[in-house]
Amino acid sequence: MTATTTVSPIVQGKHLIKTFGRVVALDGADLELYPGEVLAVVGDNGAGKSSLIKCFSGAHIPDSGEMFINGDRVEFKSTSEARRHGVETVFQTLAVAPALDIASNLYLGREERKPGVVGALFRTLDKKRMRADSAQHLKDLGISTLQNITQAVETLSGGQRQAVAVARAAAFGSQVIILDEPTAALGVNESARVLKMIQDLRERGLSVILISHNMPQVFEVADRIHIARLGKRAAVVTPRSASMNDVVAVMTGAMTVPENEQQLTPVN
Amino acid sequence: MSTATPTDLTDEFVERRTTLQRIQGVLHKYPYLSPLIVLVVAVVIFYLLNERFLLPQNISFVTQQTVVVGTLAIAQTLIILTAGIDLSIGAATTLAQMAMANLAVYVTASNVLPIAGQNPYLAIFIGILVGVLTGVINGFLIVRLSLPPFIVTLGTLSVFTALTLILFKARTIQKPEMPEVMQWLGNTFQIGEFQLLYGVVLMLILYAIFGYILKNTAWGLHVYAVGDDPNAAELSGISTKRVVFSVYVVAGLIVGIAAWLTIGRVGSASPNPDPLLNLDTITAVVIGGTSLFGGRGTILGTLIGAFIITVVQNGLSLAGLDQAYRVLAIGILVIIAVATDQWIRKVKA
Repeated sequence: MTATTTVSPIVQGKHLIKTFGRVVALDGADLELYPGEVLAVVGDNGAGKSSLIKCFSGAHIPDSGEMFINGDRVEFKSTSEARRHGVETVFQTLAVAPALDIASNLYLGREERKPGVVGALFRTLDKKRMRADSAQHLKDLGISTLQNITQAVETLSGGQRQAVAVARAAAFGSQVIILDEPTAALGVNESARVLKMIQDLRERGLSVILISHNMPQVFEVADRIHIARLGKRAAVVTPRSASMNDVVAVMTGAMTVPENEQQLTPVN
Repeated sequence: MSTATPTDLTDEFVERRTTLQRIQGVLHKYPYLSPLIVLVVAVVIFYLLNERFLLPQNISFVTQQTVVVGTLAIAQTLIILTAGIDLSIGAATTLAQMAMANLAVYVTASNVLPIAGQNPYLAIFIGILVGVLTGVINGFLIVRLSLPPFIVTLGTLSVFTALTLILFKARTIQKPEMPEVMQWLGNTFQIGEFQLLYGVVLMLILYAIFGYILKNTAWGLHVYAVGDDPNAAELSGISTKRVVFSVYVVAGLIVGIAAWLTIGRVGSASPNPDPLLNLDTITAVVIGGTSLFGGRGTILGTLIGAFIITVVQNGLSLAGLDQAYRVLAIGILVIIAVATDQWIRKVKA
């Protein structure tokens, strides 16, 4: 690869290590995400995909290694800190509260408060504004099936819940959106809608990290594909430079990529 | 209570839903409806059995009987909403109450706390602080040591009971010894033919305050979120530990207030807690439509639940039936309430 661009990564991880007791989830993993791209992260079960992105979400604190957002060194101790840096995550579990309504879920953990003393002192919620804004966010994403913003999330279908979680990330993510297996539990039509949403997010100038097991989907939306293996980055390829078989071969260890060819900056 | 109009329930799917599903949907949206129906039915039945049931004196008596359980049930609701439980609530109330009464009556003589001498206000304040402290202890053990609330409060139930007996020597403080202000919440005032306790007014104010807080503040929303799905709440940036701890501390504050109320209601302070107090608060919450699994329920439902308990008790004795029937009726209601909760949570739009 000869491409040497001056674009600097928006998200960067260097030699991240994360262990859970004796299980080594991340064994010196690296990651680069460039502005305005969709980076797919693929890998076999236990390759450290989720652990890797959870470091950037603030859900995991890496044991060692460095993380950068826009070149600035960051250390996230909670998801709120990652959110403050413009990094939003749609977790595999969706992280929505089923008994709460759609608007409350969209704003969970960062509620809008009423102006003045009531809001500041008693943390009184500005429900009207949150409901109106939530409805607007869902409309922006083209989600029209959710008509009632005060509906409890548990009354929604799997795809609709997914849409709520994606809408939450899209509404607040100013820079980076991370999606962990967003289509794993969805049917064909619903998956297509989520893929469309990912492309829309990119068009709006956001950078996206997408974890997926579904190779056709990865090849459809990703600009680059980060292949994780045994807690490390095994290779980065583009959908044009590699075939699905190549990717699977690297994932399973049937094919190895030399260290100096693992880093691939975007081909633009 | 919800600001949404009932019409938006039927907005979209009305054609596809059976009557039963529609009932399920309505109960899902307004969980205090089922206890309200039970209460109304109970009132009608007891009135038919004995007309004296609806006399102003009897209604006043029912509110007076409800006041202690009703106040403590607010604390229990907050805790159960976070999917916790407080088995120590009765023992904690007794501890706070005995601390309050002993400080007001004996401290002057013993000179342990000279400033508290002849100052019942300070005694009340310190007694309420003791209540807060019981909440801090429960909250600390549950949050810091990550122990299950059931086990922690089962333990502190014994600890608080023992502390009461050790510190206050199993000595009942009688009404004449008690300063007037300690009994103030037990005084009544007249509205028409109704005789209401100041304590009942305090209870209703507390219900209004906590009803508002749970529904309209970030803290209230977080209490629901933490009980509903703690992982989702944590990933959404809510400090679940802080919320749970604060709930036990606030519950402790209510326990302290309830301790003062109990002195007024009973007139004396006894170190032996009402053995049914713990279970009655949980019963009120459960009958009131709050889920034992956390995350759903209303404070209004709990108020109705607390009244159901006393209405059943009072109505059965007016009807000349044995108290065993009260226990039977409450038991059946609890089972029905839990079954209804399980059914409601399976709602699909």
